[in-house]
Amino acid sequence: MELVFKRPECLIDVPFHFCPGCHHGIAHRLVAEAIDYFKIREKTIGVASVGCSVFMYDYFDIDVLEAPHGRASAVASGVKRARKDRIVFTYQGDGDLGAIGIAEGIHTANRGENITLIFANNGIYGMTGGQMAPTTLLGQKTTTSPYGRDFTYDGYPIRMAEMLATLEGSAFVARVAVNNPANLMKAKKAVRKAFQMQIEEMGFSFVEFLLACPTNWGLSPLEANRRVEEEMIPYFPLGILKERKMADYL
Amino acid sequence: MGDQNPEKMLVKGNEALAMAAIDAGCLLYFGYPITPQNDIPEYLSKHLPPLGGEFIQAESEIASINLLLGASATGKRAMTSSSSPGISLMQEGISYMAGSELPGLIVNISRSGPGLGGISPSQGDYFQATRGGGHGDYRMIVLAPSTIQEMYDLTILAFDLSDKYRNPAMILGDALIGQMKEPLLRRRPEKIDLPPKDWALTGAKGRKPNRLKSLYLQDGELSEHNWKLYQKYERMKREEVRFETLLTEDAKLVVAAFGSMARVSKSSVELAREEGMKVGLFRPITLFPYPEKALHDLSKRVKRFLTVELNTGQMVEDVKLSVDRDVEVYFYGRPPGSLPTPEEILEEIRKYYG
Repeated sequence: MELVFKRPECLIDVPFHFCPGCHHGIAHRLVAEAIDYFKIREKTIGVASVGCSVFMYDYFDIDVLEAPHGRASAVASGVKRARKDRIVFTYQGDGDLGAIGIAEGIHTANRGENITLIFANNGIYGMTGGQMAPTTLLGQKTTTSPYGRDFTYDGYPIRMAEMLATLEGSAFVARVAVNNPANLMKAKKAVRKAFQMQIEEMGFSFVEFLLACPTNWGLSPLEANRRVEEEMIPYFPLGILKERKMADYL
Repeated sequence: MGDQNPEKMLVKGNEALAMAAIDAGCLLYFGYPITPQNDIPEYLSKHLPPLGGEFIQAESEIASINLLLGASATGKRAMTSSSSPGISLMQEGISYMAGSELPGLIVNISRSGPGLGGISPSQGDYFQATRGGGHGDYRMIVLAPSTIQEMYDLTILAFDLSDKYRNPAMILGDALIGQMKEPLLRRRPEKIDLPPKDWALTGAKGRKPNRLKSLYLQDGELSEHNWKLYQKYERMKREEVRFETLLTEDAKLVVAAFGSMARVSKSSVELAREEGMKVGLFRPITLFPYPEKALHDLSKRVKRFLTVELNTGQMVEDVKLSVDRDVEVYFYGRPPGSLPTPEEILEEIRKYYG
């Protein structure tokens, strides 16, 4: 029988620890597929952040460095400047990039560091048990916004992709979701494009994933998928926000 | 025996340190401007790019230390420098470097605090440097230069020790040592044998992936890791202690001081000798590992110690912990703002000499 679907080579054959219905595993897989596609496993260095994404080194069969909370893009910049011929990416959650590490993220993009930043936006702090994130939607209840996020107290959800797309240093900025097969295929293309940008030394590439967190949203996996479509995508529109052509770079 | 034709020059301490970094093979620098250490990034921003190195003026000291963490993880020599408030911001990263067993040089040309304090020389960061500074049970190698020549020599040593032990190392200077000009013999170092960096992240080619991390959640894993770090610090205490003594053989009173204060104290000891007082000087060069055994041995003969510091009393605690119980330990401290003259310290020596 023909084998039509298999585990990407750079993913280790172990079960993910993620909760049922969580989208992190899908995003991990898409990153792994891109690494396989470009055959760069042996020259790729991953930078794990703090949050549910920290266990990256248990899943990716590549060199991995663990960064302090929020500092992954600064750490990745250090790795890349020291080894410019390697492929370097970070995988950061919304607390990591949108709150505690927003300065590092913005300045890494602004310096045009030739790295790829994978941003996992599920609008909540998963690892610590469901607290409000900088990307938590207005009205959304979390353990630290029990009455629903209210802009008069908590401000507004931050649109990271839009913010980073304004910076001259960023070469590729996209927002994707994996809640249905059509979106997943677009996400796969975007991740591949982001790594291609780095391989071609075009500068900073960024892919924001809208991910479901059924456990901390208090929804079933199917309901969580629907919520991505009905509540997240309207506030965080999908698409490619910026794509540098070689000509713009010169 | 080292460089046969060393270059002789008149330079600032900060410049000597920057030259030493280049001569030690460090071509990666990350930092954020702060007085009184700006000569270091200014020198390196000019000299690293032509050598194929990298200089990043980071958005903060938090970014600087994490750029260093990332660069060091690839096995290359890298450094950052700052002054007291900036070093406070770096403590998180230093703790992660110690936990992940990453080398790297951190330079603190310290200024006065607390808070914004001022830009005058101070030794107020002794506790922060020698007690870990960040969270968790770790130590950092701390070297305290007291001359411009030592700014050069100890910087090279700091890189070597840092690589040897896979541990962050700090040069703890102050505005006085950083800004002062003195002759320097630029003796370029010979390569010494250091353990191979087989842990470095270079891409998992032809080997299993390397992982550098400080998170240990499995049962017993973290305590084992902490014991391993402890063994490393104990080995440093056995093998890496460095100090200088002056006229201690017949001394009745010994002045203990480090860095800039050791320089002033040296003059005071000489003045005391001219007056016929048998006074010596004990100068720790490694603040961690602290020369506690040497100090203890000395205290079997000498029963009076005067600790002189540019703060209100920090290293004096290590002196007290090191010496025999029947020893009198006196203290003369200067909070930031002005430096004591040799005569002022001499006055203290007279008071306690008995």
